[in-house]
Amino acid sequence: MTTMTMAKALNAGLRRAMEADDRVVLFGEDIGRLGGVFRITDGLQKDFGEHRVMDAPLAESGIVGTAVGMAMRGYRPVLEIQFDGFVYPAFDQIVSQVAKMHRRTEGTVPMPIVIRIPYGGGIGAVEHHSESPEAYFAHTAGLRVLTPSDPQAAYLTIQQAIACQDPVVYFEPKRRYWDKGEVDEQVDALDLLQVADPWRARVVRTGSDVTVACYGPMVRTCLEAAEASTDASLEVIDLQSLSPLDLDTVIASVERTGRLVVVHEASGNAGLGAEVAARVAERCFFTLEAPVLRVTGYDVPYPPSRLEEHFLPDLDRVLDAVDRAMAF
Amino acid sequence: MTAVSLDGVRSPGAVQLLSPEGERVAHPEYDIALSDAELRSLYRDLVLVRRVDTEATALQRQGELGLWASCLGQEAAQVGSGRVLRPGDFAFPTYRDHGVTWTRGVPPLDMLSMFRGVTNGGWDPLQKRCAPYTIVIGNQALHGVGYAMGIRLDGSDDAAIAYFGDGATAEGDVNEAFVFASVFNAPVVFFCQNNQWAISQPRDRQSRVPIYERAAGFGFPGVQVDGNDILAVMAVTRHALDRARAGEGPTLIEAFTYRMAAHTSSDDPTRYRHADELEVWRLRDPIERLKVFLARQGLADRQFFDQVEREADELAVVVRDGVRAMPEPPSQAMFDHVYAEPHRLIEEQRRAVADYDASFGDEVHA
Repeated sequence: MTTMTMAKALNAGLRRAMEADDRVVLFGEDIGRLGGVFRITDGLQKDFGEHRVMDAPLAESGIVGTAVGMAMRGYRPVLEIQFDGFVYPAFDQIVSQVAKMHRRTEGTVPMPIVIRIPYGGGIGAVEHHSESPEAYFAHTAGLRVLTPSDPQAAYLTIQQAIACQDPVVYFEPKRRYWDKGEVDEQVDALDLLQVADPWRARVVRTGSDVTVACYGPMVRTCLEAAEASTDASLEVIDLQSLSPLDLDTVIASVERTGRLVVVHEASGNAGLGAEVAARVAERCFFTLEAPVLRVTGYDVPYPPSRLEEHFLPDLDRVLDAVDRAMAF
Repeated sequence: MTAVSLDGVRSPGAVQLLSPEGERVAHPEYDIALSDAELRSLYRDLVLVRRVDTEATALQRQGELGLWASCLGQEAAQVGSGRVLRPGDFAFPTYRDHGVTWTRGVPPLDMLSMFRGVTNGGWDPLQKRCAPYTIVIGNQALHGVGYAMGIRLDGSDDAAIAYFGDGATAEGDVNEAFVFASVFNAPVVFFCQNNQWAISQPRDRQSRVPIYERAAGFGFPGVQVDGNDILAVMAVTRHALDRARAGEGPTLIEAFTYRMAAHTSSDDPTRYRHADELEVWRLRDPIERLKVFLARQGLADRQFFDQVEREADELAVVVRDGVRAMPEPPSQAMFDHVYAEPHRLIEEQRRAVADYDASFGDEVHA
């Protein structure tokens, strides 16, 4: 076990994936000599060469569109979109081509492309640098959506995403990049598919009164809430895979606790929380002791950074929802 | 009705090797040597592609196809550029490029299956070295560039060719494709069929300068070719492919041609263009031009032309019968190939639909 940041764990995971398969190529803005604006690809161009870690022109649709062609040639492109709010120029290529090519070609052309996107707020950034656009992609058939919440998960799931034959939109919680955790670098991500299935939710803390489902940057927030909660015992579930959602793990928990709070930074309207709530309601109608509650960002554009603490769910807002669920 | 000046359809500088009257003309830079048999086979390709197109148009009117995008008038640009590709090269066509897919060995019924609505694709792109028809305007230009970047990484001398129309040159993706191809020196040929119309919008709504001239701003050569002259198209495209293979980077070819039919079977061009424009272009017909050349040069006789007609008649029967005989896809097919690896939501819904369908018992559930 090594203690490292999530940023370093992602870097180590990328390195390992590139060593394992020489068809893996990294492509994105400023990822070469600079190592990316968050330094996630730091040192990789130096070690693997400019042909495997390629600085791209400043054009997101171009990055994703050319990756489709590279995948057709047999490569496994791993793309970096510099910030969440800059993915939209590529939205057409992602939705119309990346997501649909395998289906369009009746299974003959897989699209093993990973689109890495640092996302979420809490870093005091200017506009377009704090968004949580995951629901757009989770809503799109043909894509898979993953988001790690700690260094160990990041180390494993980035490798599993790269090995996957389907396109994966990989959301990295940028405000957790510098959080440290234990990472077992000896573990083989691919051998671990059975025990550490990336498409399964993870119970990261067991509890008995209220299930709290969350993902990405909110996992730490919810764990802190669980620690602080004196009146209720919280079971915290890291959804991790936003598409496909692993509802079985959530439902198994709700069947014990009878209460569910879903937490995410993204706006609530038509978000992941709504999907989780609807599907849990369908399957847990008779076990629920309270309505499923959501704690989310508000349905406003991401606010100026001086206001973001009011927008982002925090420990108090999670506990407030827990109280309301318990009081029902 | 928009008044369209015939000046807009004149292209004095375009490379030409065969005049509209079927005369072989010399060009200082481009030429192509073809055997008599090759010349005859080009004529055969053009006639057969046009026949598939004619049958498809009829099948759409009969309700057998949901839509058809006709390539009428553009056969020489498509077949000519497709015929100079090597087997290992890869083509990225639009939904109108039936002459290109024909040269890649895609059976006509596979071209039509998407328009009948039984699939969104129709063939194995990796086997045919030809991507599926791309419907979103200009998306495939980037795919061609990315594929060509992969060719370079492989150290291979294959090449890619990306097709698009005059309307697509306004799209961001096509301009980004020019940038990426240029800076990565990708072995790709951009083949723009300027058929003068993007549905109802004339070319001057897409660009203030001739399309081929735009290449210069991206740092690679552009050339305009008479798109209804199959020999010139082949010469220019082969030269561009050779440049790509030699590591000299991309080329933009503007094939100056004309969309003789409607944009698609859903369109009504009488609302926006004059019939006399069509008359001008009818005199430049790509097939008639080659036929006159073959006949005048004594390279083909009446017997040959009759035999090609008979072959076209036989192909028409295959197309008509084949389209009507295409099996209806089962409801379960919508769940196929959405993902390459197991996906629990898809499997859950697949089972639910199967159970729902089964609940009708012997009744047929439409």
